Amino acid sequence: MSDIKKFLYVNRRAPYGTIYALESLEVVLIGAAFDQDVSLAFLDDGVFQLTKGQNTDGIGVKNFSPTFRALGDYEVTKFYVERESLAERGLTEADLQEITYEDEDDDWAEKPSIRVVGRDEMAAIMADQDVVLSF
Amino acid sequence: MSYQVNGHTIEHDEEGYITNLSDWSKELADEIAKTENIEMNDEHWEVVNFLREYYDEYQIAPAVRVLIKAIKKSMGPDKGNNKYMYELFPYGPAKQACKIAGLPKPTGCV
Repeated sequence: MSDIKKFLYVNRRAPYGTIYALESLEVVLIGAAFDQDVSLAFLDDGVFQLTKGQNTDGIGVKNFSPTFRALGDYEVTKFYVERESLAERGLTEADLQEITYEDEDDDWAEKPSIRVVGRDEMAAIMADQDVVLSF
Repeated sequence: MSYQVNGHTIEHDEEGYITNLSDWSKELADEIAKTENIEMNDEHWEVVNFLREYYDEYQIAPAVRVLIKAIKKSMGPDKGNNKYMYELFPYGPAKQACKIAGLPKPTGCV
């Protein structure tokens, strides 16, 4: 078995208006088949990707935000959200949808996937990765 | 390319996945299953219905590994295993069951 690498997918853009957010999610889903250590980061306008109550009826595109809740099934369980980016947009963690995963090593206990971190901590998380993919 | 059901024409792509998800009906599912050489029984329907509910909730057609895990969680290990699922859908549970369920091809499925 090959070495497991740490992959971080960095999401910095609003969910709709460009294809970046959806493409990032697709790559995460495809990449999840390769048994790597995957984390997602949300900063700048990327934090809007996780907001709850999204409704895309008016813009004629699919609302893909429910798919983030399926990522636990793909063993993608680390969603780092930058606190400063939330605050700059008038958002708090309460504005984000609830995303959980079941911890196989802890009798399948349901745990939150979203971790709100400060800018310094986000920088440290990025520095710790083998591969960083930016969307 | 299209399926014919009760006089209606339903478009599909080159692999047989329907183009417009809202075109789906039980009759269409039977028709798609026929082209896959599958005779739909209660066990097949259980998986197809499960997939439709999964899609409704998560807006995604799960990869086969994830599907089998989810079936195991919901229906138990007797059904949530590779052998059972491949007996029902010999050419790939996710691929074939998604097609019959009127969902897109699972992401990451080649």
